This record gives sequence, C-alpha cells and structure tokens, in this order.
Amino acid sequence: MSYRALLIWLTLACAGLFLASLLIGPSGIGPIEGLRALITGQGAPGLVMRELRLPRALLGVGVGAALGLSGAAMQGFLRNPLAEPGLIGTTAGAALGAVLAIQTGLYAAFALALPLAALAGAALAVVLIVALAGREARALVLILAGIAVSALAGAATALVLNLAPSPYAAAEIVFWMMGSLADRSMTHVALAAPFLILGAVILLRAGPGLDALSLGEDAAASMGISLSRLRLQIVFGTALMVGAATAVAGAVGFVGLVVPHLLRKHVGASPSRLLPASALGGAVMLLAADIATRVIAPERDLKLGVLTAIVGAPFFLSMIRKLGRET
Amino acid sequence: MKLELQDLSVLRGECPVVDAVSAQVSPGELIGLIGPNGAGKTSLMRAAMGLLAHRGHSSLARLDPMARARAAAWLPQAREIAWGLSVEELVGLGRLPHGRDQTGAGRAALNEALHRMGLEAMRARPATRLSGGEQARVLIARALAQESPLILADEPIAGLDPAAQIDTMEVFAAHAGAGGAVLCSLHDLGLAARHCTRIWVMDRGRLVADGPPDQVLSEQLLADVFHIRARFMTTPDGPVFQPLSTLHR
Repeated sequence: MSYRALLIWLTLACAGLFLASLLIGPSGIGPIEGLRALITGQGAPGLVMRELRLPRALLGVGVGAALGLSGAAMQGFLRNPLAEPGLIGTTAGAALGAVLAIQTGLYAAFALALPLAALAGAALAVVLIVALAGREARALVLILAGIAVSALAGAATALVLNLAPSPYAAAEIVFWMMGSLADRSMTHVALAAPFLILGAVILLRAGPGLDALSLGEDAAASMGISLSRLRLQIVFGTALMVGAATAVAGAVGFVGLVVPHLLRKHVGASPSRLLPASALGGAVMLLAADIATRVIAPERDLKLGVLTAIVGAPFFLSMIRKLGRET
Repeated sequence: MKLELQDLSVLRGECPVVDAVSAQVSPGELIGLIGPNGAGKTSLMRAAMGLLAHRGHSSLARLDPMARARAAAWLPQAREIAWGLSVEELVGLGRLPHGRDQTGAGRAALNEALHRMGLEAMRARPATRLSGGEQARVLIARALAQESPLILADEPIAGLDPAAQIDTMEVFAAHAGAGGAVLCSLHDLGLAARHCTRIWVMDRGRLVADGPPDQVLSEQLLADVFHIRARFMTTPDGPVFQPLSTLHR
C-alpha cells in the first residue's frame, strides 16, 4: 500500500468512526434524527448532540492525534520503539495539576479549573525538563530528566491521594486518572484546541530532522540539522499536545506507544512519514476505544484509559514477540 | 572549495587531544589521515566540521549548518542506522541539505551514488537487514549523494572486504579527480600509500607530517609514530607498502 493510500484509508476510518461516535450513546437517538438535531440544534436531541456527543467526538480525534503524533515524534527522536509521549514527564505533571485541583475542591468552583491546573502542571514539568536537560545535546540526559520529573510528579500525586480529605475525593482522583472523554463540553474543546494545533504544527515540522537522526546525532548535525533546536521542538511540541490531551481527557496510555509501532512498517520505516500517519492512526484508535467503552458497558462508565491499557498491553506484548522473532 | 585549518586545538579538560593543527585541503586531493589509536584523528575531523568545541580556526566550522552541509559531508566512524529504512531512502537522506528534491538533480545524484557504491540491486532492501560491510557502503553512498565538494570520512573502509576497500578508495579518488576533495582517516597504510595524493600523520594530537606518501612514510617516522618496521617499494604496479614487524618501545 502506498503512503498516500495509507493516509486516505486512515482519514476515511477516522471520519467513519467520528460519525459513529456522534451516533452511538445511551440516549437512544436514531441516526437520522441525531444528525438532523446536530444541524438544527433543536430540542433535547439537539442539546445531546451539540453539547455532549460533538465535543466527545472532537476530543476523541484531538486527543488520539496528540498521543499518536507525539508518540511517533518521541520514538523518532530517541530512535527507540519503546519511547512514549509520557516519557518527558508532561503526563505526570498534568496529572499532578489535575489532582491538586480535585483535592483543593477548586474544580467544583469553576469548570475549567481542572484542565487549567493540568496545563499548569504540564508546563511546570516542561520547565523542569528544559532546565535539567536543555543545554545537553544527548538524548540520554533528556530521558533521565523525564524519568526524574515523572517520578517526582508521581510521588507528589501519591502524596495528594494519601492526604485526600475524604474517600470520595480519593475515588474522584483515581477515576480521573483512568482517563475518559465522557461529559466533556465544547469549552474543553476550545481550551485544548489551540495547544493541540500549535503542538501538531511544531511536531509535523520536525520530520526532516527526525529522518536525518536515523543516521545518528553526529551525521544529522553534519547534514545541517540543529540538534538543540530539534530537541526543543520535540519537547515543546510533545508537551503542548500531551499536556492539553491529559488536561481534558486524563491519562490515556498505550496509544502513543502502540500506534507508531503498528504503522511503522506501512510507511517504509520513515520517521517523517510516520508523523501524519500516527496522528491519524491515534485518532482512529482513540475514537474506536471511546466508542467501545459506550458499547461494551453502557451503564458502568468504563474508563477510556482502562480500556486502551487492557487492549493495548497484550497487543504490545504480541508485537514484542514478533520483533524478537524477526531479529 | 578549500578546507583551511589554522591552529586548531581541541581540549579535553586541560589536555589537548588536538594540538594546534594548521593545514589545508585543496580541490583534487585525497588525503589519508593516519596515526595510532588515540592520536586525535577523529577529534581533528569533528572539530574541522564544527561538530566539536575547539579553539583556532576551521573554514568549515564558520559556515551556518545548512551551508556547511552543502560544502562538506561527514561520515562518522559509528555506523548508525535506526529503523528499517530502504537502501534507496537512506542514501536519499543525503539530499536533505538540498531541500530533498526527488526530481531532476536530486534523483540523478541518488542514482549516481547507488551506482558508484554498487548498491542498485539492493535499493529496495531494508538497510538494517544488510551485512556490516554492505551497511558501510550504503552510508558512504549517502555521503556521495550529498554532492558536497568536500568529504570527511572517519575510517570508512574499516570492516570492508578487500575489493570493497579498494573500490571505496577509488570512489574517493574519482571524487577528488572530479574537482572535489576527501579527507579520510584509515589504518591501512598500504591503501593510504597507493591511493592518497597526500598523507597527514597525527601523533598525540599533533600533525607531525604532511606530504606525499613516499616522503612521509619514512623509516624514521614509522619507527617514531607507529613503532613498526615496514617495506615501501615502488613497483611497476605502483607503490607497495607492507608493515613487517613491531619495534620495542
């Protein structure tokens, strides 16, 4: 399959699942009725379509694309198929911010307190990462700084949980960390969109640098690639996308790890072509997983992050086995 | 395109690993950079490329990265290939400094590089599946596809079979013959003697000799720098150089 055909197929799958995401839900609105209500916005179905399902589907696309794209960029930059977007600590930082917003009760005071706190947490993580590894050219230092920041944020999150004022608050925190797209509004979409778009633009422009990096850091530098600029591009692009995605959806794992892995051989292993393909693939996977949470257990509020992990982990294991057989 | 080095030094802590090297490479030259392990050959070339912090002056290091990439290609000693890129695509990475035009000149340069390194038959194969020697040839082809007048190569022929070693030196000689220039480090003094127009000898960070092979590879220099005894003969087949034995230090 050619690269163009792959992108077309992924786009079609994404569009189809977007439509399905709009039309599947517990309120029992028929497909024709639902689409009409989406356009006219009238009555209860109009409210459901415009205020619940549309933002949910849009966030599915945005969050999925963010995880897929930043996963592909991170793997290309570190030249390691086991790298994932959470590696630089932004996911853990965003989670800490969100958890603090829940703990302090701020999130009950106004709707955007939680995503804003999560974004602040992600930003703080990035500042720490750049301060720790900003001047160092080697990728190893970036990984170590990411692990350190993740560990720090994780410990702080555990502390907050430990000191939770009530079991109710603790449960709230735990459920938020499992990741979900349920009950998000267009305000969430509007909040995340600028970060997601800016991050996507930054990461998609890193393609040639990532390609050159396939030959090692020295060769890439000799081919006109500024390694320090590329590193900042990857760190900031990933932080913007993952920070925003985590802020509105919570921690959703495995998408950023599995999607680039799955698509790599279909793009001829090229890191630059993997970027747009993984963005689309991530959106497809997340939309499908989000639909599945609604179909499998409509009344139990199955969490998105739980589902991606349950499906993703065994899938990842099978890929590792295949990788072991090949080499 | 000329490469000029003026008092080029690289310090590791207090200790100079490259010590005030002044030299130049002119079009048409294939220069063999020889010296014992740890003499500073790699550091000299990386500093000349501007990839390593240095003192002194290198005409390449002053250029901005893209202009430098069009002026000089660098072939590192570590043969890194991540991901299973096809041979053709990997060699095509050499076109990055030219905006990666896949038509016209870019395509021609790519095909020429594949042809020169004898890689046409394996252009669609993933480079990671090739043998070490084949990978080395692919990486050399990438440097050729860059079409820069200067090529700096760090032990490009290490690990190649004899035919590929000779082929590679001839490719470099042809590049020099066509108005380019090559600075290439190597440990095979025989190949250096046969193919290089000039030889630089490094010892403990200093450039201790610079001249045509038959003048540089003297008995005294070989004893002082390499601690070996060797035979250098001018034969009807060209210069022949064979190390014979080590000398006690």
